[in-house]
Amino acid sequence: MSTVIEVHHLHKRYGDKVAVDDVSFTVEQGEIFGILGPNGAGKTTTVECVEGLRTPDGGAVSVLGLDPLRDRAELTRRVGVQLQAGLLPDNLRVGEALELYASFYPRPADWRALLHDLGLPAKSRYAALSGGQKQRLSIALALIGDPDIAVLDELTTGLDPQARRDTWALIEGVRARGVTIVLVTHFMEEAERLCDRVALIDAGRVVVVDTPAGLADRAQIEQRLQFRPSRELDVALLADLPGVTGVTRRGELIVVTGDDTVVGAVMAVLARNQITAERLRVEQGGLEAAFVQLTRKDLP
Amino acid sequence: MNNATWRLIAVEGRLTVRDKVAPVWGVACPLVVLVILGSIPALREPLTADLTVFDVYVPVLILFNVAILAMTALPTTLAGYRENGVLRRMRTTPVGPVRVLAAQLAANFVIALIAMVIFLLVAGLGFGVDPPRHPLGFAVAWLLATAALLSIGLLVTALVPSRSAATAIGTLLFFPMMFFAGLWVPIAQMPPLLRDISAYTPLGAGMGAFQDAYLGGFPSWPPLVILVAYAVGCAAVAVRWFRWE
Repeated sequence: MSTVIEVHHLHKRYGDKVAVDDVSFTVEQGEIFGILGPNGAGKTTTVECVEGLRTPDGGAVSVLGLDPLRDRAELTRRVGVQLQAGLLPDNLRVGEALELYASFYPRPADWRALLHDLGLPAKSRYAALSGGQKQRLSIALALIGDPDIAVLDELTTGLDPQARRDTWALIEGVRARGVTIVLVTHFMEEAERLCDRVALIDAGRVVVVDTPAGLADRAQIEQRLQFRPSRELDVALLADLPGVTGVTRRGELIVVTGDDTVVGAVMAVLARNQITAERLRVEQGGLEAAFVQLTRKDLP
Repeated sequence: MNNATWRLIAVEGRLTVRDKVAPVWGVACPLVVLVILGSIPALREPLTADLTVFDVYVPVLILFNVAILAMTALPTTLAGYRENGVLRRMRTTPVGPVRVLAAQLAANFVIALIAMVIFLLVAGLGFGVDPPRHPLGFAVAWLLATAALLSIGLLVTALVPSRSAATAIGTLLFFPMMFFAGLWVPIAQMPPLLRDISAYTPLGAGMGAFQDAYLGGFPSWPPLVILVAYAVGCAAVAVRWFRWE
């Protein structure tokens, strides 16, 4: 694998407001790289510098060995972009838009095949499309030049759950063709489902770059175990277990929190006392909890 | 010029027609007025030794067509593209937004050209209006007037903040410009002060050049120079200060 995007100490201000303070990361060929963070964290500004739409105030950006500003012409041929609000004229028909955009590129993808793959109506006007169809069309336009890299910004914002899932399947299909994908999102579920690696950005800085699972580990998310004992139980037995950080009663339910050893330890205690755990539920913080935790306190 | 440029021009042309402003207000409306005026016998009486009132209205309506395209259709469309992110989207492609602007200008130019030919044919075949006696002079006058108007339309687009402001300012400019072209009062019947002012407005200068061509001569230099000045001046300012976002 080779590195296709290198961002090194990127800095960008709008007037007095610092949008991107200090962002560095690399993207490897063929991966789906997520840029994750709360609204206003500097995600979009970061990818706009990668796309060559904005001039950084500091740092260096290299995409496919190109300078996004100096080598714009070459960059636009090899990087497909889906903008957060990627719009077309209202009266333009879907087929016309794809055919037109295909003519912009030296070696375009087959626009009729894209149209078919994405299930788009060729004759519909842009203004008449549903939110999901517009989104699929903007993905098609990002892919029409047969790019090496596709940058997708807020891909599924505003889509219903079914359309979101369909879009995810689509993105996996695109990656399978060998396109490197940079995905900007604030949906944890999306990052967890799609991304090989994620850069977590907060307040213009990279908090951490890791796999989604690595992020959850790093945040040391607590496990939470909840059950109804089949008969009366002395909670002190559980509170003394190593790894347990808290035991509370909630009506007839007992809630135990602690690290990843608590499930086994609690079950062993219950078994020794011939108690069964009814209505057992284990909750583990995923990327979402990691996100909240990592953007709240300063971790390495 | 390559495949992408031609396609862009064709698409922008189709979009301009679908948008309805250009075909309805720019072409159909002046054409209907032309037919109505041509059907009023009083207007067919000679105004001067050579021309009837109706003869004078044919070039006025040709300018009406160009002014609608350049002052309302063009700025509204382009400012809308800017507002909706169409230009921004184009920046991420190898083609870039400048060519979208150029394609819009080209599309409006072609529509104006077709409309001008239709107007001349309807006036000539339908109502026996003689074509301009100096065709080359007429062509030069039309080209410069169209260039001046599109350039002013581009300037409006360049400086206004939004699509609605583009429509408002374009429409606001349209009426005084048409007044000085003699839409309501023929220039020949204006008081001397208004006639002098008219000569310096783009459409007044355009009418002056048309008049010369209709009467059989190559247009005199003052109106042509004024049209060139509008075309070059406004285009230069528009290019320098164009808001892309």
